[in-house]
Order: sequence, then structure tokens, then C-alpha cells
Amino acid sequence: MLSRVANSIYWMNRYIERAENIARFVDVVRHLVLDLPDQVSNQWESLVEATGDSEAFKKRHGEATEASVIQFLTFDRENPNSICSCLWSARENARSVREVISSEMWEQVNRSYLMVKSPQACDRVDDEPSEFFSHFKKACHLFVGITDATMTHGEGWHFGRVGRLIERADKTSRMIDVKYFVLLPRIDYVGSPYDSLQWAALLKSLSAFEMYRKQFHHISPKHVAEFLILDRQFPRSMRYCLIKAEESLHVITGSPPTTFSNHAERCVGRLRAELDYADIQETLDAGLHEYLDEFQIKLNGFGDAVYETFFALLPVPA
Amino acid sequence: MDFKSYQPDAFYDELFQGPGQPRAGAGLLVDRIEALPDGELTRRQQAAEAALMNLGITFAVYGDQQGTEKIFPFDIIPRIVEPHDWRQIESGLKQRIQALNLFLDDVYHDQKILRDKVIPEEVIRSASSFRKQCVGLKPPKGVWCHITGTDLVRDNDGQFYVLEDNLRCPSGVSYVLENRQLMKRTFPQVFEASRVRPVDDYASRLGQTLGHLAPKNLSDPTVVVLTPGVYNSAYFEHSFLAQQMGVELVEGRDLVVSDGFVMMRTTRGLARVDVIYRRIDDDFIDPLAFRDDSVLGVPGLMEVYRAGRVALANAPGTGVADDKVVYAYVPDMIKYYLNEDAILPNVPTYLCWRDKDRAHVLGHLNELVVKAANESGGYGMLIGPAASKQEQDAFAEKIQASPRNYIAQPVVSLSRAPVIVGDHFEGRHVDLRPYILYGEDIYVVPGGLTRVALRKGSLVVNSSQGGGSKDTWVIDDAPGAAGTRQQ
Repeated sequence: MLSRVANSIYWMNRYIERAENIARFVDVVRHLVLDLPDQVSNQWESLVEATGDSEAFKKRHGEATEASVIQFLTFDRENPNSICSCLWSARENARSVREVISSEMWEQVNRSYLMVKSPQACDRVDDEPSEFFSHFKKACHLFVGITDATMTHGEGWHFGRVGRLIERADKTSRMIDVKYFVLLPRIDYVGSPYDSLQWAALLKSLSAFEMYRKQFHHISPKHVAEFLILDRQFPRSMRYCLIKAEESLHVITGSPPTTFSNHAERCVGRLRAELDYADIQETLDAGLHEYLDEFQIKLNGFGDAVYETFFALLPVPA
Repeated sequence: MDFKSYQPDAFYDELFQGPGQPRAGAGLLVDRIEALPDGELTRRQQAAEAALMNLGITFAVYGDQQGTEKIFPFDIIPRIVEPHDWRQIESGLKQRIQALNLFLDDVYHDQKILRDKVIPEEVIRSASSFRKQCVGLKPPKGVWCHITGTDLVRDNDGQFYVLEDNLRCPSGVSYVLENRQLMKRTFPQVFEASRVRPVDDYASRLGQTLGHLAPKNLSDPTVVVLTPGVYNSAYFEHSFLAQQMGVELVEGRDLVVSDGFVMMRTTRGLARVDVIYRRIDDDFIDPLAFRDDSVLGVPGLMEVYRAGRVALANAPGTGVADDKVVYAYVPDMIKYYLNEDAILPNVPTYLCWRDKDRAHVLGHLNELVVKAANESGGYGMLIGPAASKQEQDAFAEKIQASPRNYIAQPVVSLSRAPVIVGDHFEGRHVDLRPYILYGEDIYVVPGGLTRVALRKGSLVVNSSQGGGSKDTWVIDDAPGAAGTRQQ
């Protein structure tokens, strides 16, 4: 497979996953705000700060309100991390590999993009935000389903899965952090009924609520963190993402499990092993925010290694 | 919607021989369309357009910051080509492409046709599309032009004429295939009953044509399609053809010359490429051989080609026969190389570098179409009857400044076909671009791209200037063809 093509499939999947997770972010904040008492400070502003795009936001949208933040995160084409921008990038990548992916996949990316770009989308998000975002999440799920059902599970599919899972692991870690760190109103809320409600909202936003219940029954911060970080089988947990990304890399290279034949395999193997043997209490004691921060840095390192190993168009020696 | 008020006017109409009188091959179609309930035809037209949008069969509007994309307008009333017309087109095109290939091989080797004074040497020496880098090249199997899309027009008298040969990188065939898919969905019953000759195996035939070019002794040659990239207006087609043939679509930056071969960069290192269907113009294909500022091409490609280690389709240099002055000599080529008369005539052409022709052209600018010898796509053109005195004067000046670069032709009053305009039908001018593959033998796709000038009265069918397309139905009259199939 051409390096450029592998790269595009990888990014097409990352951007779709990113767009889906933006919808989940908005969802989690909306729920947190609804559950909080009125006097608590502006949560939407905290969300913008968490995205790291505060300055650009203030310049174009002014005050952070639910409506302006949703506009910024959904439709703002100047925000490279808006749903609309991500879908545009996903579609540009898809367009450049149309001959490799199935036409059903292309059609789904194209339809999703046209849906978000349509003039009616803006009205819908104002009138019925939940409806809009859940519809959008379904469009993303449909893409993943179509991909699984219509594309040969060969090299290209595996690169796509690596891209999707790296993005998902990153976003799950950030969403935990938003609840745990960014939106923590006051220390005395910890352990209060509000706190439980918020952890439940986080689980719901990650489509993890029912699956969590089967595992732990009661909502506790420790168990929620354990479930979302360390669960071996839940498809949005950080550990699951790494296990499957590693699996895909080994299918691509053919190197046996527990060995590595390149830097990317080494990076993901090491990071996955850390999660395999982690203890949630230790992690919480040492500081969850710091832990998640470090995880994201290591995950970026893995992403860079994938690029260097498979996609970089290195000059050929003369 | 019915054809009762439809007027063919003074033009040759592709579907009607007179008001209310469909041609033999069109009767069934006309009946079925008229039998549709009110509004149904409009609904099907809209469904077809929505399908094109959802499938992303669009082209980018250049210079539009919003990334606006448009579908290539499509009219669902097919154009019908009757069997006797098709027989003439098919044999005429085969003859023409054979002669053109002999010419290309001759002009880059012995130039016998120049020495025998059939074509003046001056014409070739002054042709800006003659590539001296190609002199002495020996393309595999001696074929230079493997894929051609010839533009035909039909005049009032019903005769087809060749307007342009398009021997470089003709595009549009993907629309032929997609239009056909859409039509099968839009008019399934009429389609089945009409005995339309299939076009769907184009991609396999293209694949065979390309595979045929591979260097000898390769059991499984690697064929690729080379595109300038995703921002090219024909990108959809490049991608579509690669997909349909199941081969890689590559950009220049994916390819590299290494160890005397062309290689592509893959996730597992370099892999050899044997045949390149290139959709990049000669000028950009190899910065070492042609334009050195090209970033689209592959440095060193021509060297490998010359050594016979990679095949290119089409061969570089074919553009010389697209020069509109050279075009005027194609009937003479057919006579010279094949000793036959041209089956499909040229549009009569005045060559401005001939004093007598130029005098005539300058005296009749208001009646003629003037074209620059090296432009295509409807650019660099003056349509005399539609031009202002100022425009005519400007062209007169250009012609006098460089007579070699201009030719003139009488205005062909292109045939028309009905299109849907709101709630009724109106006649619009059409042309026809059939596609020809030259591999082991010569194959003409039964059909082709019917382009429609959608603006009322316009004669310009180019998509860059408001043209659309129709599906082209070549009717099969062979006994036992579809339609007489057993129950």
C-alpha cells in the first residue's frame, strides 16, 4: 500500500473519531451544567479553556455561552477542531483514497459532511442540541460500521483502525480530565450527590453507563476512572484502544506479539504494558490529572512513531 | 410532461425527425416518458441530481474559497444513436486512430510524410506541441495513442464530422459510466426494452489495454494511474478509473526513479511500477526532460521510459497531432498511410498561414469560428456570428500577427436534443465524444459522452463553460440482442 494512501486512511479515521468526540464533549458539558446549581461559575468558558483555543474563541465569539461555544465547536470553519472542520478534513482525505475505500464509505463521509454543512444544521443545533448531536454520533458510528462491513480487513483497514483508536484513547483521557480537573467546581463537591451525578453524566457521554453498571453497580470516582482507563473490553477505554491498536500494527508488519520490529510497535507495546499492570489507587494518589497529561504526551509520541515508520516520504538516496 | 409542443426547429434533432415524430430508435423512449404520471419526470431528474451529489461526483469550482462543489449537470433524457449511424462512427474512428498512430510514429522517426510533401515540413517545425525529446522513441508495440476521446459533431444534413481528436489526456469517460448507472436506476424498463449496447466493461478493457503495454515476461505487471492530485478538476475520474480497474492511484510524489526503474513508495518500501496511465500533460511529467518547474512529475521518468523499463499511456508527444493545423491534414494522412478515403470527414478548415485562406478568413470573420491552433476546452476561440465588431477586430489583429496559430471553420449548426427545462422540453445543442482504446486491437466504446450546451442557443458544450451531459444510447440491431431474450 502506498504510504500516502495509508496516511490518508489513518487520518480519515482520526478526523471522524475526533468529530464524534467533539459531539461527546459538548454532551458531557451540557449535562454537567444542567446538574449543577446555578451559582457555579461559567462551565462553558472552562470548556473553551480546555480546548486550548481560548484566544481565537474570544476574538470571534466574545462571551462564552452555551450557544456561542456550540457554534465554535460545531460550525466554525476557522476553528480547526470544530466538527465541521474535522469532517472537511476527513472528506478531503477520503477523496484522495476513494479508489481504495469502498464507495459506501465515501458516500457516508460525504453525506455526513453535507449534513453538517447544510444551512438547516445551524437551526437544528439551536432548537434541539441533544437530537442534533446524537444524530451526528450515529452518522459517525454508521461510518465505522460501513467500514467494518465493506472494506477488506487488510493493511488499509488496520491503518484506519490504528488512527481511530489513537484518537479515541486521547479523547477518552481528555474527557475524564474535563470532569475531574477542568470542571471541578469546588473541592467540597467531591463525594457529594452532585459529584455522583456528574460521573454518571461522563459515563453516559462516553456511551459507557450501562456497561459500567454491569461491572461495578455503584458509581464511584475510583471505579469510573478504572473502567474508562483500564477496562480490557470496553471499546472506548484507553487500555482497550491500545490493545487493539497494537494488534493492528502487528497484523500490518507481521511481527509476532510481544516483540517489536519498529519504533511504533515499541511505543505502543510499552504504553499498553503500563496500563496492563497499573493500579488505579496508585494512579489516583499520585494525581489523576498529571497521569492523564503524561498519557497524552506518550500517546502523541506513538502517533509520531507511526508517521515516521510508515508514512514519512523519506528522500531516496541518490 | 409530453413532447406535443416540442419543436425541433430548423436543426437536426437527435430524437425527432419532425414535430411529434420520434426517430425509429426513440419511439419507445418517447412513449414511456409521455406515459409517466405528472411530475414524475421532474422527480426522477431531481433524484438523479441528488444521487450525484451524495456520490460526490462533483468538480471543484476554481477560485472559490468556500470550496464550493458542483455536479456536472446531467439531463436524464438520453441521446439515442441509431445502428447505421454508429456503424459509420465506429469504422470511421478506427480508421482515423490507426492513421494517426502511423503518423505519430512517422513524425518522430523518418518523417516520410514530410519528405513526400503530403504535410508541409514547416507545419511540423512550427508546431509548439512537437516534442523533440520524443524523436526516436519506440513506444511498446509501436502504439503512441492508446486512449483517445474524439469530439464529433453533427450538422444540419445529419452528417457527423470530426471536430477534435484529443490524443493527449481526454477526460469524461467516467461520466459515461456513471451516467449509465444512473439511467439504469432512472428508467429501468425503457432501458431494458431499448436494446442499449453496454458500456460497463470499459474499465476492464482499459485494464487489458494497459496490461498489454507492460514490458515482456512479466506475469503480473503493476499498472498505476498517475494523477496531478485531488485538486485537479478531473480528479474524480482518475480515482474512479483506478478504483474500477483495481489499481493504485498515484501522485508524482509517490513515485521515484531508483536503480533504473520507476518505483512507488509503499508502507513496505519501494515497489516497481511497470505501466503508468498518466493523466498529467507531457510538459509536467518529468522535470528533467520537460518543464523543470514541474512539481507534479517524476524526475528521471523519461530516461526509464526510453530504456523500455516502464510503459506510458499515452506516449509523450501525441499532442502534435492535436495541433489544429495538423488536424486539417488527417484526411490526407488516412489516404497516405492506409490508401483509403476518410469515412468520417473533418469540418472544413481554413489555415490562416496560407495567404489565400487567411484573406478569406479575414473577409468573413462574422461567419466563421476561429480557433487558436494549440488551445482546447473551448478557450482561445471566436464565434464570428456571436461576436461584436471589436472582438472580431481583436482576432483579426491576432491572426495577422501569427497566422500559423489560427485556423477557421464554418459554423457547424450542431444537432440538438430535447432537455428538461422546468415543466417542458426544449432543444439544446449537443456533441458526442466516443472513446477509443488501442491495445491489441482497436475498440470503440459503443456510446460516449454526449455533452449539452445548456444555455439556450449556445453552441459551447464544454463543462467549463456551462455544459452538461446526457447518457448516450447506442441501439443494438443485432439479432438476438437484449429485448428479444427468452422468458
